Amino acid sequence: MQHSVQSRCKIMVRYFTRLRVRRVYKWDGTPSSFDRKLKTYFFDSLNISVEGQPGMTTVTPGQYVLIEGDNEDNPFVAKLLKFFGDESNQQKKALVQWFVRVCEVPHNKKKLLGRSPHPQEVFYYLGHTCDNEIDAESILNTVQVQYVPVDAPFPEPGIKDTLYVKLSWDTKTFKDLDPALMQDTPVPASTPPRLKPASPRAGSVSRTRGPVSASKAGNNEAESVHSAAKLSASKTLSTKRRGSSGVTPGVRKKLQLSPEKIMSRKDGLCELLDEEVDSEKALVTKLNSSPRSLHHGYSLSPVRSDHRPPNSLGGDMLLGMAPLILEDEVFEAGLPTGTAKTPKKRQATPRRKATTPSRRKDSAMTAREPSLGVLAEEDSESSPMQLVVTSSRSKRKSAQLVASRIRKQLNLMGDAQELHSDDGDDDCFTPSKKDLHHSSEEDLEDEEVSKSEETAGKTTRGRLRRASTTPARTPRKPPSKKVGSLGTSWRRPVLHVSSVPESLPCREQEFQDIYNFVESKVMDGTGGCMYISGVPGTGKTATVHEVIRCLQHASDMDEIPTFRFVEINGMKMTDPHQAYVQILQKLTDQKATADHAAALLEKMFSNPAPKKETTVLLVDELDLLWTRKQNVMYNLFDWPTRRHARLVVLTIANTMDLPERIMINRVASRLGLTRMSFQPYSFKQLQQIITSRLNKVKAFEEDALQLVSRKVAALSGDARRCLDICRRATEICEHSAPQPSSTGLVGMSHVMEALDEMFSSSYITAIRCASVQEQLFLRAVLAEFRRLGLEEATFQQVFVQHRALCRVEGLQPLSVSEGLAVCQRLGACRLLLLEASRLDVLQRVRLNVSQDDVLYALKADRA
Amino acid sequence: NFARRPLSLSEKQRFCHQRLPEKPMGIESQHKHLLELLRRTAVHGESNSVLIVGPRGSGKTMLLKCVLRDLLEVKDVNKNVLQVHLNGLLQTDDRIALKEITRQLNLENVVGDKVFGSFAENLAFLLEALKKGDRSSSRPVLFILDEFDLFAHHKNQTLLYNLLDVSQSAQAPVAVIGLTCRLDVLELLEKRVKSRFSHRQIHLLSSLSFRQYLDNVILQLSLPPDFADAKFFEEWNDSIKRLCKDKSVVDVLEKHYNSSKDFRSLHLLLMLVLSQVSVCKPSIKPTDLLEASRVCVADSKANILHGLSVLELCLIIAMKHLSDIYEGEPFNFQMVHNEFKKFLQRKSQSIYNFDKPVVMKAFEHLQQLELIKSVDGSTGKIHKEYQLMKLMLDHNQIMEALQKYPQCPTDVKQWALSAFG
Repeated sequence: MQHSVQSRCKIMVRYFTRLRVRRVYKWDGTPSSFDRKLKTYFFDSLNISVEGQPGMTTVTPGQYVLIEGDNEDNPFVAKLLKFFGDESNQQKKALVQWFVRVCEVPHNKKKLLGRSPHPQEVFYYLGHTCDNEIDAESILNTVQVQYVPVDAPFPEPGIKDTLYVKLSWDTKTFKDLDPALMQDTPVPASTPPRLKPASPRAGSVSRTRGPVSASKAGNNEAESVHSAAKLSASKTLSTKRRGSSGVTPGVRKKLQLSPEKIMSRKDGLCELLDEEVDSEKALVTKLNSSPRSLHHGYSLSPVRSDHRPPNSLGGDMLLGMAPLILEDEVFEAGLPTGTAKTPKKRQATPRRKATTPSRRKDSAMTAREPSLGVLAEEDSESSPMQLVVTSSRSKRKSAQLVASRIRKQLNLMGDAQELHSDDGDDDCFTPSKKDLHHSSEEDLEDEEVSKSEETAGKTTRGRLRRASTTPARTPRKPPSKKVGSLGTSWRRPVLHVSSVPESLPCREQEFQDIYNFVESKVMDGTGGCMYISGVPGTGKTATVHEVIRCLQHASDMDEIPTFRFVEINGMKMTDPHQAYVQILQKLTDQKATADHAAALLEKMFSNPAPKKETTVLLVDELDLLWTRKQNVMYNLFDWPTRRHARLVVLTIANTMDLPERIMINRVASRLGLTRMSFQPYSFKQLQQIITSRLNKVKAFEEDALQLVSRKVAALSGDARRCLDICRRATEICEHSAPQPSSTGLVGMSHVMEALDEMFSSSYITAIRCASVQEQLFLRAVLAEFRRLGLEEATFQQVFVQHRALCRVEGLQPLSVSEGLAVCQRLGACRLLLLEASRLDVLQRVRLNVSQDDVLYALKADRA
Repeated sequence: NFARRPLSLSEKQRFCHQRLPEKPMGIESQHKHLLELLRRTAVHGESNSVLIVGPRGSGKTMLLKCVLRDLLEVKDVNKNVLQVHLNGLLQTDDRIALKEITRQLNLENVVGDKVFGSFAENLAFLLEALKKGDRSSSRPVLFILDEFDLFAHHKNQTLLYNLLDVSQSAQAPVAVIGLTCRLDVLELLEKRVKSRFSHRQIHLLSSLSFRQYLDNVILQLSLPPDFADAKFFEEWNDSIKRLCKDKSVVDVLEKHYNSSKDFRSLHLLLMLVLSQVSVCKPSIKPTDLLEASRVCVADSKANILHGLSVLELCLIIAMKHLSDIYEGEPFNFQMVHNEFKKFLQRKSQSIYNFDKPVVMKAFEHLQQLELIKSVDGSTGKIHKEYQLMKLMLDHNQIMEALQKYPQCPTDVKQWALSAFG
């Protein structure tokens, strides 16, 4: 502790000398109170004087202050709650309530605001990943923060140096700010200073975005009152979630003792035990018996985890609808509901009934969602919920659970499919029952839904799915149930490389390893490097993205601290030094030259900052960041080793021995030995990948599938190649005339044709299609090679042979110019390799094809 | 007479590749394949990449243009599809290529015809623009890369990687169409670039028989049915059919066919023929074709030889003898001069008795004409007279040229024919 303060002071000195300002901090007066247990003194005010300037600033709790941070232009804003120091009076600490500037809100969530932010706008911070205890010596100055009611416009023109607060931000959503929070009464010391949001959903309901009708607005007001009243009630509930990040040890202890916590913990343990005892049976029973309140946790998730703003029109509104509908399902199923959230739920139901006709249609579309996602439901039953209930200590274990679930999912998928198709018993699978119900409903709707609405519906559907399942992603195109009506054309999009599948089969182990690595680093707040290698098309980048998505989901569920994810790709920059620029831009939205960016990043990662999240940096195509001095690589691997960096670097490249081959020792040493290598897919894995993409629906004949996967596995083990071949084969199948005997499946012949197109060497065909003189010239080349006993001859020598052959064939000999033209044409196709054409008749000629191939092609031509 | 004027125009247009054929000949299946592929990108937003491979003059660009024309006729596509045309010969590195893409897409950092921002910014901007798009809402972009193989020589293959990466991920729909004549183009791609390419190749290898070739010649020369002067239309088309039955014409065409099947060289030939047609000579005679063919196949070096002085010709013959004696080994000026002097001594005539500097001058002239070439590039170090040279001519070329040389002295001819110089 002592050390850290010292280092911090040192850094601050450096910082201030640069600015030529040095501040002196002194307590104003004597301690007002003393906490015996914690041995802390509380103070009423702090004097800050700037060296060399007369006068000083006195800061007291209740005031708003600027706090030094990464970004010099935009220091952090916070409201002071209280001051305290230890006995020795060496440390000056302060408790603060943070405010978040627009620039601190993650880029992808800015759109949630639904309007362009005011430049001087700040948001009341309701998240709890940031430590609210700061070093008092990082306070820079006071600042004015003014509350502006939600409906009121910002004062125009804004007073300089005054910030306006309108909404609150809990790292997921923006919410209307309760004016009471902004009143100047200091928060009593006993309660945790951070106020937990009522619940994310309450926010999303009350904070209406996008096009809202007038009646809805009225509704909204009533609700916000409601949710405000509930604030205090939910506070106690929510505190247990924050157990791990409690302020003082005392508080933490108390929280852990709360009965609910124990219960949920036991629950989690039971499940873990179940899991270990045995798999599927336990799972099924759990599906039935697991407490329904967990379903709430789940059904809430869509809004919370949906961090990407929808692109399509009306997506906003639909989004708002989504959780309600999901909830309704739970309601209709007549399930017992959780305790705290029940009233809110009731409110949601009438709201839905009040929707306009057009919205009802949409809701019908969204209702389709579960029917598509048997898998999604399955999943929801497994991972995310459990992660909610498991305590932080068992988290690593829970991560393993995720993987085992993913693995299991593949097996379950088949079962679910069967269940889906057969209308019979569904005692244990409540979700699938619902599915059937909804799919029939949807069939009715199908005709009247226009095309545009369908696309809108699709988007929501995608979003919902993404939100509701851990490893799933939006499939671009429809689901198994459309197979009948649409024929085979749905297969193509699914097989497109760009469509990311539900899960990544055959990469469970790698997924798990990376997940564990990153998760542990994020949870410990430390840094580290990992090197991932593998030939192209083995799912390296996809797996890392999957891991990040899962982790982001987990952090949305408050299981692990939030973290930032930045991705750079060596191929997507023009120069290795651009890496700095891109990282900086993605982290802080600042633009800088490469050198300046490097300096800023250096500062950012080596200085301690009060509000710091872990940064996960993915460096794709690492080998392209190679420079002569290797300073880019050096920095990338050196930053994680810094004490305050909290940086996790994942690097990806093609070659396994890259660190040994191109890195100098100090770089390779910093990269460390956390390595992972992705093996090329075996044919069985490739087969599984395709099957899982097709959702277990039979679209390929068994032999055909096997042929493709065996062929690709033998060549490269590249999944992209495999998918491309399958896609092409599907196209061929679609376009070939339907034979009476055909089953509509992609058969052996189609696959063969596709393989032939992609892999067969075209040289032989090219030789066969060449003109007579070109063929003759090739034969002359062969003859000359035989004569010389070499694999090389000059044009002049070959041309003599050519002339002789012409005479034998009874053709009129060519002139030299024509002969050269023939030779050049063959050279352009790369059947021949030629020297530069300025050498004219002296240029040397070589074959680019084997002599046997030429002979074979020419002989076949004769026959 | 007036009506005949557009005749040559309409056909010249055809030969200058300014007018696309109604239906591409002989490559219907490729046309269908490509059209279907691009239609899916344009209509359904499915990203794709494809290479069109075929020898020079096999109609790659023609095929693509036909497909694009047909594609744009589809409703909705016309307004939606963006096209970016790049050529490896023009966009020689990624910096230029990116500027050109930005300009053609008319992104926000384009003002007028100028593209602002550095290379890195342009790349980031373009990638961002493509990344923001999605399948349903963005306009599909067709990237057409002519001379695709040259793009593979760019540093790191950054452009190709990025374009192909977009085509393999859920971003704005793009179709990357590469045109190349290299059969081994895939081997040029780096493995990660190659992995991102869909490996779709459309090969244009014509297996045209001579019969079809001949039909095609008739088709190319015929007037279109909507020609204004019906009488002349009939006359002309009949004359073309008659022409193509003529034995000598068929021979000439077969020789061309044997040499190369591509239409570009055929068009070159027919263009020469067509230029002979005028108001007073309203049809094509077989002799026109023979003449045109003679011009087409003429040997360029033989033509140069006809313009040489007798002294220079003598030097060439001396060189020929030298390379006969030494079996193609290089020679220098001194050797040639000695050989030449031997010839003069034997003949004991003093007509060609030139001073050495004059002979040297003639020698240098031959070098300028690139009829002889120094073996090693280092011209400066060695004395001119001793620089090793090689003859760039074939013996047949020399003998042919001598036969046709106007008023060639008989003794020179004999010297050339004699075996021992």
